Amino acid sequence: MEKVLKLASEKGILIFSKSTCCLCYAVQMLFQDLGAKYHVHNIDHDPEGKEIEKALLRMGYNGPVPAVFIGGKLVGSTNEVMSLHLSGSLMPLLKPYRG
Amino acid sequence: MEDGLCITAVGFLPFIFLVAVLSIFIWSRNKMNSTSTHFVPSRRMDIYEPIHQMTMWGDFKENNCEDISPPVIIEIEGKLDNQSEETSHGTVGPSSKYDQEASRRPDKAQRRLAQNREAARKSRLRKKAYVQQLESSKLKLIQLEQELGRARHQGLYAGGGLDTSQLGYSETINPGITAFEMEYGHWVEEQIIQISDLRNALQSNVGDMELSILVERVLKHYADLFAMKATAARIDVFYLMSGMWKTSAERFFLWIGGFRPSELLKVLLPHLEPMSEQQHFEVCNLRQNCQQAEDALSQGMEKLRYIVVEAVGAGRLGEGNYLPQITAAIEKLEALVRFVGQADHLRQETLQQISRILEPPQAARGLLALGEYLQHLRALSSLWSSRPCEPT
Repeated sequence: MEKVLKLASEKGILIFSKSTCCLCYAVQMLFQDLGAKYHVHNIDHDPEGKEIEKALLRMGYNGPVPAVFIGGKLVGSTNEVMSLHLSGSLMPLLKPYRG
Repeated sequence: MEDGLCITAVGFLPFIFLVAVLSIFIWSRNKMNSTSTHFVPSRRMDIYEPIHQMTMWGDFKENNCEDISPPVIIEIEGKLDNQSEETSHGTVGPSSKYDQEASRRPDKAQRRLAQNREAARKSRLRKKAYVQQLESSKLKLIQLEQELGRARHQGLYAGGGLDTSQLGYSETINPGITAFEMEYGHWVEEQIIQISDLRNALQSNVGDMELSILVERVLKHYADLFAMKATAARIDVFYLMSGMWKTSAERFFLWIGGFRPSELLKVLLPHLEPMSEQQHFEVCNLRQNCQQAEDALSQGMEKLRYIVVEAVGAGRLGEGNYLPQITAAIEKLEALVRFVGQADHLRQETLQQISRILEPPQAARGLLALGEYLQHLRALSSLWSSRPCEPT
């Protein structure tokens, strides 16, 4: 749990991902396209991967990866990121991490 | 009750029921008066004038019957309840007696009648669409049987190596998919009705309140479609991705199991004018954001294809058993379900944003344009398939 929050607060935009997950890749491509610097943490390459998944569950996030944190706060999965972007609310969130 | 018997000679079963009920009613009301002229065909029907479908008994088709018999009985009961003179009259002036009736319960009567008409109309359209679908399905089946027969005859269908998908259809037709196709047929038919309502509303300059109700209705209808697709995707995502449930022209535009939201925006845009500067700005943003989201999903799909190609093509050359590879590939393909879900989510969000940014009349025009565009595409497909085949 602490590891999750620590990682999230350290890196501005953090995506918990799996190396084989193509939807995670799609989210990464979106951030790239928007010029935002992001970090990826592949939980399938992390020995504590299972604990991270459990921690995310406890935070109220029950979906599969990607789990996206911006500015230390859990934003959600692909659904939430896409909704935010279409409503125009994603760009303001990404501003501090661009360029 | 000779007149009543006359009807039964003409009528269908529900008629007989209707006649029976009315006869009993009239008989109980009219013990003194032997001239029971109240329940008569054609020219006496002006008593029941507001019940439009009943103008000519002879004209009655099955459709109309099943829809109106119960409510009609209620109406007639209501009328007979009140005036006993009404029942003794041959030519009761429709205006005077009915107006009295109408003024007593104007709202309920009018609303019920409107609902009846609407229900009858919808029922007719549904039935028609369903029958058309059955016919086309029947034709498809005959076609497929013929193909199969030909292929067997030519010895292609030898079992073993070749699989039946080469013949253009899958071995087992999933009932869930059949159900989806049928539901989708109904969805399209309902969409046609909604588009027509939108068109009428815009042409008759109704208020914003009514327009926004219609807009909500259309949005909810699209939401229903996405829910149907999600269920179908869990059953057979390949089928959904193939777009076989759509017409041929729509398949040309297929992107992850449906339309590209940015392409649909292109169709809507001209009809949203005039727009305020703020609206212009927001709509342009929406278009750009939508495009970016689509590109991201497309890149994700590319990666998925690459992964599946790798999985299917893995293993040593000449290795007899390729089951592990294709099993692994199937696992990876399960991600497709999520992709279709995301694409539909994009479509839905785009529509929601449109209705948020715009005023009801603008949104209504946009949704009408969208609905008509889809109708045109379907018409294109029909015209395309009826082109005469050129001899090579």
